[in-house]
Amino acid sequence: MYRYDEFDRGFVAERAAEFRDQVRRRLSGELSEDQFRPLRLMNGLYLQLHAYMLRVAVPYGVLSPRQLRKLAHIARKYDRGYGHFTTRQNIQYNWIQLKDAPDILADLAQVDMHAIQTSGNCIRNVTSDHFAGAAPDEIVDPRAYGEILRQWSSLHPEFSFLPRKFKIAIIGGPHDRAAMRAHDIGIEVKREKGVIGFAVYAGGGLGRTPMPARKLRDFLPEEDLIAYCEAILRVYNLEGRRDNKYKARIKILVHETGEAEFRQLVEDEFAAIDKSLYRIDPAHAARIVAQFAPPPFAVLPARSAIFESARARDAALAAFAARNVAPHRQPGYGILTISLKPVGAPPGDATAGQIEAIADLTETYSFGEARVSHEQNIVLPHVRLDDIPEIFATLQAHDLATPNAGLVTDIIACPGLDYCALANARSIPVAQNIARRFADLDRQRAIGDLKIKISGCINACGHHHVGHIGILGVDRKGEEFYQITLGGSGDENFAIGEIVGRGFAAGEITDAVETIVEAYLRLRESADETFLSAYRRLGATPFKEALYATEPA
Amino acid sequence: MALYRNGAFETDAWSYPADDAPIPGSGPVALPRTRYISERDALMQRADPLALVLRPGEDLAGVEGDLARFAMIVLDIPKYSDGRLYSIARLLRERWAFAGELRARGDILRDQIAFLHRVGVDSYEIAHEGTIAALQSGAIAAVRRHYQRAARNDDSIPGVR
Ligand code: HEM
Ligand code: SF4
Repeated sequence: MYRYDEFDRGFVAERAAEFRDQVRRRLSGELSEDQFRPLRLMNGLYLQLHAYMLRVAVPYGVLSPRQLRKLAHIARKYDRGYGHFTTRQNIQYNWIQLKDAPDILADLAQVDMHAIQTSGNCIRNVTSDHFAGAAPDEIVDPRAYGEILRQWSSLHPEFSFLPRKFKIAIIGGPHDRAAMRAHDIGIEVKREKGVIGFAVYAGGGLGRTPMPARKLRDFLPEEDLIAYCEAILRVYNLEGRRDNKYKARIKILVHETGEAEFRQLVEDEFAAIDKSLYRIDPAHAARIVAQFAPPPFAVLPARSAIFESARARDAALAAFAARNVAPHRQPGYGILTISLKPVGAPPGDATAGQIEAIADLTETYSFGEARVSHEQNIVLPHVRLDDIPEIFATLQAHDLATPNAGLVTDIIACPGLDYCALANARSIPVAQNIARRFADLDRQRAIGDLKIKISGCINACGHHHVGHIGILGVDRKGEEFYQITLGGSGDENFAIGEIVGRGFAAGEITDAVETIVEAYLRLRESADETFLSAYRRLGATPFKEALYATEPA
Repeated sequence: MALYRNGAFETDAWSYPADDAPIPGSGPVALPRTRYISERDALMQRADPLALVLRPGEDLAGVEGDLARFAMIVLDIPKYSDGRLYSIARLLRERWAFAGELRARGDILRDQIAFLHRVGVDSYEIAHEGTIAALQSGAIAAVRRHYQRAARNDDSIPGVR
């Protein structure tokens, strides 16, 4: 994985010192909250309902054991003993005191981490596929390009005061595990006849007007990546709307300008840019790519006798392996997902002790690499199949062995009204109640792949638009209410879910979800037809009938 | 407002006549784009330095050919969060090779000084009291290293320690 050099270290240390000075001035009263606000936001510090919230960047979701241990330390020392992993592959601390924030940033700097550009109207932390470098279907490891984008976008002097936030996601194969098309810029790295290039998309986003990103280029030459991104950002910075913050994202500019005309604006700007200035120095690029070289895998048989006999004996391990171990490109290895969704707990939360246990596992079994997934889980990307029984035992000891990856209880939920100042309704308790209702593992497995995603307001931090079942918290005359969307998808078959009808009160929403799931079980052609395929075949009607049948007309 | 230039505060030599006031016959004068265009011919007679003032959202349409006439271009920032001038500044420096003084004028926060320097701004006419005080006391700490190219790529930034 990428290792900071002296330059990167100095950069982060200077930033931490700068912020310490700003906090000191705020605490002494020299700065008012109004003056301090833009400064703290540029360092990922939000003021929430009950406390400050600090959002720490995890570039493209990759973490080392050293970093995980520091995150655990911060959770223990400055928060209430836990951290919250988010859909942006970041970690958030929800109970921070302002006076501690500079020390936290200094602690983070020790392990090459920071909170730069995790908020504000700038280019945010770049996200990527949590299976990068491990998935069998990957064409090119996207992380080296993610790192190049991270460097380019860090404190960019031209693009730090954009009309609105700007999110970039990058994937390295046809299967999209990063909801790439829900981003302001989405990039797919490709290889054609041995040559690297990029499909570049722009104008995606969720929030109150969800839109899929449109493809601008099918195969941008490798050397032009940064120049092309500069062209898109410059067009957006100059032309994006600044009169209304709800219309300020690039998706609105693309929509209002029209896809063809927007593409032309970008191409004109790109043609005028002196591209030679942006070509990445090949030696520099080679150094970055080398840092993402595959770890020294052992040569192993594809089938592990140890693993096979253990799962034959132990039903719990078998259930875990069936959902939480995905195929790896290297024979004898697997990709292991640690679910942060035990039934009844807030999705994405992990205690300091759990984070430390994960750090140890990462060090011992996964070549020192862990990933945060946008589904709010942790991934050990490179584990030997032989080791899985031992890993599983450790996970069990730390309450981390929930065998539900991709199942109905593996729910994404935003912080909602429990923490968030913008929320209409709570999200976490809705997730908890649904998970309790479907707690029976056999039932979950019979239902199969199903993604439920919950947001506490239209900002869509919980990605509800791209949930197979999406749940959106709305305010109805001061009461928490929930609207359901169906058929959304964040993968390569990207789709925005459709609203099914009138919303449900907090006391009804779990029943409504169950009704939808039961309807699916009745209607599917076979157990192989997933919820999403069935919905695409049948449309919304039978689900609406099931939901609203018993109502008086 | 206070003018910060070349690492120190100084008094401003430029005048900014109101839209309905006559243009003084002599001395350096700064004019908005529309006024410059409508009085271009008369201004040809004038020997003293001219500056062009661009408001947010204004580009160089109609004045592209005249850039060499301006000793200074002023980029107005009514609100610090409006970042369009950062692109305009780079375009002026990098695409149109504008070699005169570039001035940012208005609501400038202290942590914008380093960015403005990097996109090619030379002087700052600052409304924000906190920023003025910070420059006076030399209190601005900022990251001086950078990863990406811009109009200026050195790491000595006047006013930033
Ligand atoms: C708790 C405090 C939070 C606040 C105040 C907040 C605020 C917002 C706002 C205002 C937007 C809409 C932006 C727009 O459409 O222009 C947004 C979008 C988003 N937020 Fe949050 N958020 C919070 C927490 C989170 C968390 C915890 C996550 C990750 C789990 C997250 C992930 C996202 C994502 C993915 C979007 C993107 C939707 C899009 O592309 O439009 N947010 N957030
Ligand atoms: S979706 Fe709304 S309620 Fe949920 S975290 Fe985002 S802003 Fe807050």
